[in-house]
Amino acid sequence: MAEPVLAVENLTIAFGKGSARHVAVRDLSYRLHRGETLAIVGESGSGKSVSSLALLGLLPPRAATIESGRAMFECRDLLAMSEAEQRGLRGDRITMIFQEPMTSLTPVLRVGLQLIEPLVEHKGMSRRVAEARAMEMLDLVGLDRPERRMRQFPHELSGGMRQRVMIAMAMAADPAILIADEPTTALDVTVQAQILDLMRALKTDFDTSLILITHDMGVVAEMADRVVVMRAGEKLEEGPVEDLFARPTTPYTRRLLDAVPRLGALAGTSGPRSVVAEPAPVGEVLVRAEGLSKVFRDRAWFFGKGRASAHAMDDVGFHLAAGETLALVGESGSGKSTTGRAILRLIEVDSGRIEVAGDDIRGLSSRALRRERRKMQMIFQDPFAALNPRMSAGRLVAEPMVIHDIAAGSELDDRVEALFRRVGLESDHIRRYPHEFSGGQRQRLCIARALGVGPRLMVADEPTSALDVSVQAQVLELMLELQQTLGLAYLFISHDMAVVEEVAHRVAVMRKGRIVEIGPRADVLGDPRHPYTRTLLAAVPMPDPTRKRGALPTLDLETVPMGPLADVAPGHAVAQ
Amino acid sequence: MTAETTDIPVEDLEPKSRRGFLRALLASPSGVIGLVIVGVLVFCAAFAPWIAPHDPLRMAAGPRLQPPSLAHIMGTDDFGRDVFSRIVHGARLTLQIGVIAVGISLTAGLTLGLLAGYAAGWTERVLMRLVDVLFSFTEIVIALACLAIFGVGLTNAMIAIGIASIPFYARVTHSVVLVERNKPYFEAAVSAGAGHARLIVLHLLPNVVPTLIVVGTLGVSTAVLAAAGLSFLGLGAQPPQPEWGFMLSASRDLISRAPWMMIFPGLAIAVTVLGFNLLGDGIREVLDPRQRSR
Repeated sequence: MAEPVLAVENLTIAFGKGSARHVAVRDLSYRLHRGETLAIVGESGSGKSVSSLALLGLLPPRAATIESGRAMFECRDLLAMSEAEQRGLRGDRITMIFQEPMTSLTPVLRVGLQLIEPLVEHKGMSRRVAEARAMEMLDLVGLDRPERRMRQFPHELSGGMRQRVMIAMAMAADPAILIADEPTTALDVTVQAQILDLMRALKTDFDTSLILITHDMGVVAEMADRVVVMRAGEKLEEGPVEDLFARPTTPYTRRLLDAVPRLGALAGTSGPRSVVAEPAPVGEVLVRAEGLSKVFRDRAWFFGKGRASAHAMDDVGFHLAAGETLALVGESGSGKSTTGRAILRLIEVDSGRIEVAGDDIRGLSSRALRRERRKMQMIFQDPFAALNPRMSAGRLVAEPMVIHDIAAGSELDDRVEALFRRVGLESDHIRRYPHEFSGGQRQRLCIARALGVGPRLMVADEPTSALDVSVQAQVLELMLELQQTLGLAYLFISHDMAVVEEVAHRVAVMRKGRIVEIGPRADVLGDPRHPYTRTLLAAVPMPDPTRKRGALPTLDLETVPMGPLADVAPGHAVAQ
Repeated sequence: MTAETTDIPVEDLEPKSRRGFLRALLASPSGVIGLVIVGVLVFCAAFAPWIAPHDPLRMAAGPRLQPPSLAHIMGTDDFGRDVFSRIVHGARLTLQIGVIAVGISLTAGLTLGLLAGYAAGWTERVLMRLVDVLFSFTEIVIALACLAIFGVGLTNAMIAIGIASIPFYARVTHSVVLVERNKPYFEAAVSAGAGHARLIVLHLLPNVVPTLIVVGTLGVSTAVLAAAGLSFLGLGAQPPQPEWGFMLSASRDLISRAPWMMIFPGLAIAVTVLGFNLLGDGIREVLDPRQRSR
């Protein structure tokens, strides 16, 4: 085989010194060949990002030390270079794109200037030539009207457009290696699909090698030629993508692959998988929402109403039965989180009717509403942010029970302990503080807190999207088990179609504040009738390298039906 | 239930609990220096009668306008009073000024900011616009106005300074509350059914206080400086109180004949201000959420 573009050998990186020393990457070796896509996969804390930052000399100085290893690139050791030499390579021979395209572009400079700068700096181009090149790149990454884009500021662009600009910037220098650190994690699934297509095309055109750092097995299957699996700083295995997915050699990789939800896995069934012997059946209707509308307004300066800025919800209506899960899916800005909060009356809607267990939620006084909150609880996307950092875990779980006067004294302590065990935490965790838990444990803590008051409805806002896949699988399992034993109704808000398939009985697809399709899960996912639903489903990356995703159906934004819902089958309605 | 398969070592790196607060403060250079200066100040204030070699008010403790010597290490003033003794006793007044002025502005500002930030809507708009109006005057102008109403004197000066900086503390509190009340944990408390008092006292207050401790510590130095300024103008401390700002103003006419009368009180003020500033910086370093785990 030809000489590799990059050869990393025995790389060891540690944070801290002495007793506080913590090895982030241990003895990592891999090779990257010309024109190849190498995916480095791992969960949080696996050292996948740290090892790549080290190649560019971007580790936090002082905090991290490269203890040993070599990284040979064009006959030079990247790790032994001076700061000036590294700077010469960065943004020229080796470029990088990051997860969060907003924060990696300078907010105060025009896009054009940020594109031109490195070309003038590294390639010695004149401004005029650099400008022409920049426009050509913007065109190549699929941005319309490049002259206009050049004059815009980053905040004027959408997330997907910013990531395209980042890619244009990274590829303009015609680098030998492009390092992409979770390039699509912050993006919506349809945008992700476009960006992945773009990266693949550009990689071939420019004959660049790509190091793709990700936790998403779907993205790996779609993009990678070879895969390195990392765990706790060490390389567990390495191999061509087909072999790795078909025959993982380590138990960890096998577990990781098993934990990935696969869209279509439950295609023939109507409900979620039963995890208890006798699951509670779907009962009577618990939540009824009709005609919910909400317009967000800018803050008023002093008098009157602020200017209307966005339609967050427009005539949203659905019902949800006890023991049932209704999934609200959609991309960012679709109004799914707003809807979840409106049901709990955490935000006030402008019009519409909400009924939970027969009570008109919008008509309640604030005192009655506080009592009513016993029946409905919420689980949040970021479990750490949802836990008051200054309260112990035990206090946090006890808090709702104290508020509703459910128990006190030793009875309260007993209940807290029972809840901890119920969600799979140890009773000696009670005294700890939120920052002493892992991500999955924190979400268990949030679930325990919500369970304490005996709710009948739980609104779960992206409850697993901040978690690693293996932890996600466990939390979903817990949620299913609780639903099937306690008969809870879930309003499950998610952008992840595969997760939705695993938990939902029914699915509502939202776009721009409206429900465009609602129906039984098997119908909506198996036989999508609305063009937007079809696009969403087609964009989901499959964690299976043998299946290639077809071309994305193009969604003509002008003609997407956004009118009132009409039944196409019993219980299955589509916007006309 | 299976155990968590992932470990998150990054989070184990920074176990900054409350017990580790003092240790962390001692690890930051500015914190240590600030702590030492403020410590010396507190020590002087507490044991002033034993540290000071002379009665700070007794005239003719020595000959007048003596330059620093072994008998009077900071010299004597135009009434023959020992400057060193006056500075040591002055520490008491300085600390009083700091604590009382900051105490007033902190309590009032915190209450205002919390109420405005929590209430939102009309209450917030009215309260904060009011604060904005006060904010548009220089603090010293408000303090002067207060003194014009209350009358001249050191106690009144402290109160005036306290009142004058209420808008500042209200603003800071308000902005912190706005951030905190938009965090999911606050929403979680609301959705659990917590009432107003519970939300404010149990959920908002503990998360606002750390920021205000930092701001308050820094505020002590501002208050000391303002009091010295007022005393210099003759509106604060009155003769023969050994207040540093007043001592400065008394030395004004003798600047060329007896520079020590000006140098030492000036130095005392500067070092005190520096000390509280450094301490505030140190505390901020320790409490800064960006430095804590996640």
